[in-house]
Amino acid sequence: MADTLKLVKKISRLADGKKSLRFMEVCGTHTVAIFRSGIRQILPDNVELVSGPGCPVCVTNDDYIDKAIAYSRRKNFIVATFGDMLKVPGSRSSLAAASAEGADVRIVYSPLDAVKIAEENSRKQIIFLAVGFETTAPTAAATVLAAQARGVKNLFMLSAQKLVPPTLRVLLDDAAVKVDGFLLPGHVAVVIGAKAFNFLADEFKISGAIGGFEADEILSALVSLLEQLDSGRAQVTNNYRAVVTDEGNVAAKKILSQVYEVTDADWRGLGKIPASGLRMRDEFAAFDIERVEPIEIERVEKKSACRCGEVLRGVIKPTDCPLFGKACKPLHAIGPCMVSVEGVCAAWFKYGGNNFKW
Amino acid sequence: MAKKILMAHGAGGKLSAQLLQEVILPAFDNEILRELHDGAKLGQLAMTTDSYVVRPIFFRGGDIGKLSVCGTINDLAVTGATPKFLSVGIILEEGFDLDALKKIVGSMAAAAREAGVKIVTGDTKVVGRGQADGIFINTAGIGELIDGVNISPRNVRTGMKILLSGFIGDHATTILAGRHGLELPENICSDCAPLNELIDEMLAAEPKIAMLRDATRGGLSAVLNEIAQAAGVGILLDEEKIPVRDEVRGVCDILGFDVLELANEGKIVAVVPAESAEKILSVMRRNVYGRHAALIGEVVTNSAGKVGLRTSIGGVRIVDMPTGELVPRIC
Repeated sequence: MADTLKLVKKISRLADGKKSLRFMEVCGTHTVAIFRSGIRQILPDNVELVSGPGCPVCVTNDDYIDKAIAYSRRKNFIVATFGDMLKVPGSRSSLAAASAEGADVRIVYSPLDAVKIAEENSRKQIIFLAVGFETTAPTAAATVLAAQARGVKNLFMLSAQKLVPPTLRVLLDDAAVKVDGFLLPGHVAVVIGAKAFNFLADEFKISGAIGGFEADEILSALVSLLEQLDSGRAQVTNNYRAVVTDEGNVAAKKILSQVYEVTDADWRGLGKIPASGLRMRDEFAAFDIERVEPIEIERVEKKSACRCGEVLRGVIKPTDCPLFGKACKPLHAIGPCMVSVEGVCAAWFKYGGNNFKW
Repeated sequence: MAKKILMAHGAGGKLSAQLLQEVILPAFDNEILRELHDGAKLGQLAMTTDSYVVRPIFFRGGDIGKLSVCGTINDLAVTGATPKFLSVGIILEEGFDLDALKKIVGSMAAAAREAGVKIVTGDTKVVGRGQADGIFINTAGIGELIDGVNISPRNVRTGMKILLSGFIGDHATTILAGRHGLELPENICSDCAPLNELIDEMLAAEPKIAMLRDATRGGLSAVLNEIAQAAGVGILLDEEKIPVRDEVRGVCDILGFDVLELANEGKIVAVVPAESAEKILSVMRRNVYGRHAALIGEVVTNSAGKVGLRTSIGGVRIVDMPTGELVPRIC
């Protein structure tokens, strides 16, 4: 507690007399942790936190959801997924609605659970929705390897794994995105290593601080960002040394590159980003449902005032979207940012955003 | 609203409330039902009912049978009644293990015995394989309202204190771990317990307790939001005072759950006059089910209808009504 107060005071002192500062927390877990701990309310007025594209559900596009729903409706298919994908609206429906209509959709806590489901349902085809960043991709890769080792032939991935660093590059190339530094995702850094973020300072001269998820850890990363601005020298600091090393988790990186290769990926709100996704290598094509049993979905142009795309890039705040809190609420979400518990809009709505005054 | 029932309609959050308001209540409307308390008050009697479909059926700290008896007993007790009689309806799926059933009714009997309640009527039905999932249990209960006690949100006043009977989140964490094969340390088990004796002792110490709720589905968040809305007051909690085990906090961090939204089966929240808060607390702490009781917050005048949480770093954030099913997040 004493440390917390010291950190808060230090932030105030460092921010004092400076222009308005905007830091982006890239990761959805940070967004929620910041709201839950009430950090926004104790920061000085000229320090603003904006949320970035770090919620895997939020950046997954309609096509992917539509495909998952289409597979779930096929006879003898089971879709296994992390829970927060359930309510995400595709272009017309959601997996929760498909499940209510009879599709077999099961919530798992780890992709490895899907192997068990496959073994217990040998006559059915099991599809795991492999969505997420570098944090979850190694477990998906391990799942593929486990299925291969155990001779499981009825488990497939519908893959939309994404990578964080290429996305930060796109944000920095976007003139509409104005940030003075990044609070970098500790979980991602555990896997890919602190060094993977050095390009921020080296190439873009922008500050970064890798932070943990406790209030003190977030505050100390913010202190680090402010100190960098103070000194005029951009760096990428590792403020989560307890678990993040320079190189990251070598074993996890190894199985990642064993199973996956880097590919272009479609991001909701950001469009196609080169080399920002993962695709299973040809040796593992037998586990890629889109290659084993391709599915055609009808593309639907959705006309909507939803501004998730701009929210995800930190260009606008959720409250700037005309739908926020009116047509779009957690109970009837229009945009994906309102669906996931880690979605920017859902967090703003749930915790009252910046405007909440007790 | 979606045209079909979603799992979230049964999760105790906003969708459950919507289902109740739009479909169930209009059909049955009457002045007793309109009170929407855990139990209905009928002159000197209180009555309540609940159905139990928990999976897994057996979990550390209890099973579906113990839960079905304790849940109904607790719903009566928080109405300000002494639970007396229970009915039991059991729906069994063809092929259900007879020894498992014996074990379940055994723990129902033990829980009823502990609470001093008699199971006086019942019904058993068997349905074909696949038409139910193993076993479902419904219990209904009747209790006698305690003289001089009036549990109602109308009695909640500014300045009153919020008491909680112990660690939150243990039950939900145990169930989720059981459902998904997560290993938990030995000390984490369901808190499922009959709380009528604890509540009796609290009411004996202070008959003017304004509100009592057991923090089941939707957890502390749901219960306190309901009290704040029904009473038209603000409730401000102190995060550091809320008892949460480190292991439970850890599971919440991993899966992305808010511990305030996790279900409990043996925890009560009480809104009590400030002057008797300490006295009630010491009474609670002498009972085995209230050993870790704590004063966690107070009733305030501002932000009527809302619940706020003073966080450990000194900010205040809103505690929202949970929206629905607890789902693990991706990363």
